[in-house]
Amino acid sequence: MPAAHTAAHTAAHTATHTVAAPPPAPLVEAEGEPGREPGRTIVDIRHLTLTYQAADHPVYALSDVSLSIAQGDFISLIGPSGCGKTTLMRVIADLEQPSSGDVLVNGMTPEQARLKRAYGYVFQAPALYPWRTVERNVTLPLEIMGTPRAERQTRAREQLERVGLTGFERKFPWQLSGGMQQRVSIARALAFNPDLLLMDEPFGALDEITRDHLNLQLTQLWRRTRKTCVFVTHSIAEAVFLSTRIVVMSPRPGRILDVIDCARDLPPERTLDIRESPEFQRIAHRVREGLMEGHSYDD
Amino acid sequence: MTTERILPVAVMSLAIIILWYAGAVWLNSPQAAEALTRAGADWGTGDLIRQTFAMKRPILPTPDQVAVDLFQSLTGTPVTHIRNLLYHTGVTAGSALTGFALGVLLGVGLAVGIVQVRTLEASLLPWVIASQTIPILAIAPMIVVILGNLGFTGLLPKAIISMYLCFFPITIGMVKGLRSADPLTLDLMRTYSAGSAQTFRLLRLPASLPFLFTSLKVAVAASVVGAIVGELPTGGQAGLGARLLSGSYYGQTVQIWSALVMASLLGVTLVAVVGLAERALVRSGPGGGR
Ligand SMILES: Nc1ncnc2c1ncn2[C@@H]1O[C@H](COP(=O)(O)OP(=O)(O)OP(=O)(O)O)[C@@H](O)[C@H]1O
Ligand SMILES: [Mg+2]
Repeated sequence: MPAAHTAAHTAAHTATHTVAAPPPAPLVEAEGEPGREPGRTIVDIRHLTLTYQAADHPVYALSDVSLSIAQGDFISLIGPSGCGKTTLMRVIADLEQPSSGDVLVNGMTPEQARLKRAYGYVFQAPALYPWRTVERNVTLPLEIMGTPRAERQTRAREQLERVGLTGFERKFPWQLSGGMQQRVSIARALAFNPDLLLMDEPFGALDEITRDHLNLQLTQLWRRTRKTCVFVTHSIAEAVFLSTRIVVMSPRPGRILDVIDCARDLPPERTLDIRESPEFQRIAHRVREGLMEGHSYDD
Repeated sequence: MTTERILPVAVMSLAIIILWYAGAVWLNSPQAAEALTRAGADWGTGDLIRQTFAMKRPILPTPDQVAVDLFQSLTGTPVTHIRNLLYHTGVTAGSALTGFALGVLLGVGLAVGIVQVRTLEASLLPWVIASQTIPILAIAPMIVVILGNLGFTGLLPKAIISMYLCFFPITIGMVKGLRSADPLTLDLMRTYSAGSAQTFRLLRLPASLPFLFTSLKVAVAASVVGAIVGELPTGGQAGLGARLLSGSYYGQTVQIWSALVMASLLGVTLVAVVGLAERALVRSGPGGGR
């Protein structure tokens, strides 16, 4: 491994831990549920390494990744395709087992957290059930968790309205466009009101305007509910707009290059016009530099 | 139905009927020539062709002969009478459907076991496949004899033979269907920490239905074959198989053909009923969903 690697690692770790140490100031008062005090560590990842045993050669999907995510954080993962963003989320969700390192979710192992339904996961593809209507796709988690029928329906309608799909309740997934299907899958993840949201490129398939609209909806939802969000995106603007911190990753092996704090320079309440502000531009520039640094390793 | 769909079917039917008559002339002409010569008078080609269409025991009866025989044997006696073909069809349908129902139970049961219990795949699947390498014609008489010894006669032995033919396509199709769920949808169930029974009921089972129904169509057609095969060694008092057997004893080729037509009509009807059930139950988008 070249020396630059090690340097980047160290830098990333320092950045991560220094940023994580002072809890981000409470932006709005939390909804006052127990165990939701801001600053509590929700996800704690230490020296995580994950190697896939592919047929011919091992794939180093994640190498010595450390990151700590506090209650109320909005973390964006950004990086070139194949740098391990999905893999990192899947480890948090207990869908993938790390080769080494420690991961704690809500102070428990990822498996215990999963069994307690600690998080909602929006996959990179919609993963809707084609034999269920849109509404019944959204009620699926509630059905599994034993919510009464009437409440299931109210909650599904509420979430569908949030993602702008009122009137599509009785349609089947194949009657919807790709972007609409993805919005159904977001509504489904929100339906059971998890405290931690893992979202893998949820807006990747959407047009600019819908995307802006949903970004606004998401940032408002996050501010109102103080959910902890981990969000994967390829859009620098989206990452800067939504996040309290941006994690820039780099491939082969997948690792953290830089962790950029946005909460310090951008106001907690975000409207679309902050994208024109110099602070916004400065952060976006730093993200871009990080991404370019990651790409230069490929040559 | 539009003319676009009717036309090809009509053309095909016409072609088959013309070929059928041509075949009747070709196959029946030696016998017909013999009969005309025995009658003494001079005869030409026209007489010969007319004779081939009007044989009492033709090698290949013409469609109109079969149609007339069908009509007579369906309407000549009350439906419950032993001479009525519908009665025999009912007997065969009864054992075919009983065997089909047993086959569905066995086939689905095996598939669920194979998918849900890891060790069953290794221990059961080879036997399921091996069972189909034994020719049904060899095993049918033994089933009849063994069950007869145990005091089971009539419908049950025939139904067992039907079931034997039925369960295999159902097991194979259902195993494939229960495993057809997209890995991401299975991950989704995991994130909800759904139990294996919930995953089965809410994901695996509905995902398997298109596969199951494809198998059910194959199986229901096979169940008719099984019932007819089962009727052959029982000595043949009732059922389409019995009619085939007695027809061939007495050289009643027209009767054999009538029974054949009824058997295929029965098969087509049962497959169509399964198709209707599929349309009512499987809602996964145009052409099976995406
Ligand atoms: N199940 C698997 N088996 C083997 N290798 C895998 C597996 N899943 C992912 N990988 C490899 O791990 C690396 C990281 O994959 P991952 O899906 O996490 O990337 P990503 O950052 O989400 O990319 P994208 O932005 O394209 O979604 C890739 O090189 C990929 O080929
Ligand atoms: Mg990905």
